[in-house]
Amino acid sequence: MHIPDGFLSNSLNAATFAISAGTCAYGVKRVNRNFGEKEVPLMGVTAAFIFAAQMINFPIAGGTSGHFLGAVFSSVLMGPWASLLIMTIVLIVQCLGFADGGLTALGSNIFNMGVIGALGGYGIFFILYHSFGKSRKSFFIALAASSWLSIVMGASAAAIELAVSGTSPLKVALPAMAGIHALIGIGEAIITTTAVSLILKTRPDLVISFAEKGALHEKTT
Amino acid sequence: MKRRLDGFIWIGLGVSLLLALFLSPFASSSPDGLEKVAETKGFSEKGDWKVWKYAPFSEYTVPWIKNEKVSTALSGLIGTFAIFFIAMGITKLIKRSTA
Repeated sequence: MHIPDGFLSNSLNAATFAISAGTCAYGVKRVNRNFGEKEVPLMGVTAAFIFAAQMINFPIAGGTSGHFLGAVFSSVLMGPWASLLIMTIVLIVQCLGFADGGLTALGSNIFNMGVIGALGGYGIFFILYHSFGKSRKSFFIALAASSWLSIVMGASAAAIELAVSGTSPLKVALPAMAGIHALIGIGEAIITTTAVSLILKTRPDLVISFAEKGALHEKTT
Repeated sequence: MKRRLDGFIWIGLGVSLLLALFLSPFASSSPDGLEKVAETKGFSEKGDWKVWKYAPFSEYTVPWIKNEKVSTALSGLIGTFAIFFIAMGITKLIKRSTA
């Protein structure tokens, strides 16, 4: 769902850029407060995994492909603010280094996949995990549901942006984008739950969201 | 309990590099969700406009390597390494100072 140049209006891109930049600035503050030396390589390896996994497009119905996003994955591992920064770093490198996603649409892409995908996706995860009683089972249900929703919500945000920009009317863009990404989101949920369960098996201490208390990542080391 | 991280980091980086090197060349080349919607809803030509023309690995290829699969694999390898170090560098800058 990386939006290229030309799809969105300049004023919309300026608005999403401002929101994304402001949210990232606050994210930097949160990460600064909570992260120490230990998190440095973890951030590196999480971002590297997401970049590599995003390259692997899997086929879905109707001659369309989708790929892993990793926004909820990194939120659950590193916390939502760190995840927002990881998504932002990945998107900037993809845009400048690989011509994936337009430079003018960078703010919108960070908004859709970082602000909506990572922060919004994590919010859903948090609410579901806590309302289902914080068991191992509820953790995975919340993880699957929120990672699926992160894709559908991000794609819906993109559809709204396309409509606001006058590129495609909402009643056309929204069902099309949400429909295709409801399928892609299934892949997201499968990859996210598989990857997190593998990490939980080997290093449960590295999945900060699985903490018994489930505090909103004020936990440091 | 303070467990060492080195093993996890090496394995995680190793898995990522293997994905980039061996799976990315065989990824589906079908249009992604947004590209497909743009095609079917008739606005894909709007995306032909490109502002940033200096991407060294445009469309996940290394320009001087002609073999498509090798080109994709190498661009993925470079990108994965680059992201690893960039993300570490940025985190090093913004983490709390251990005073």
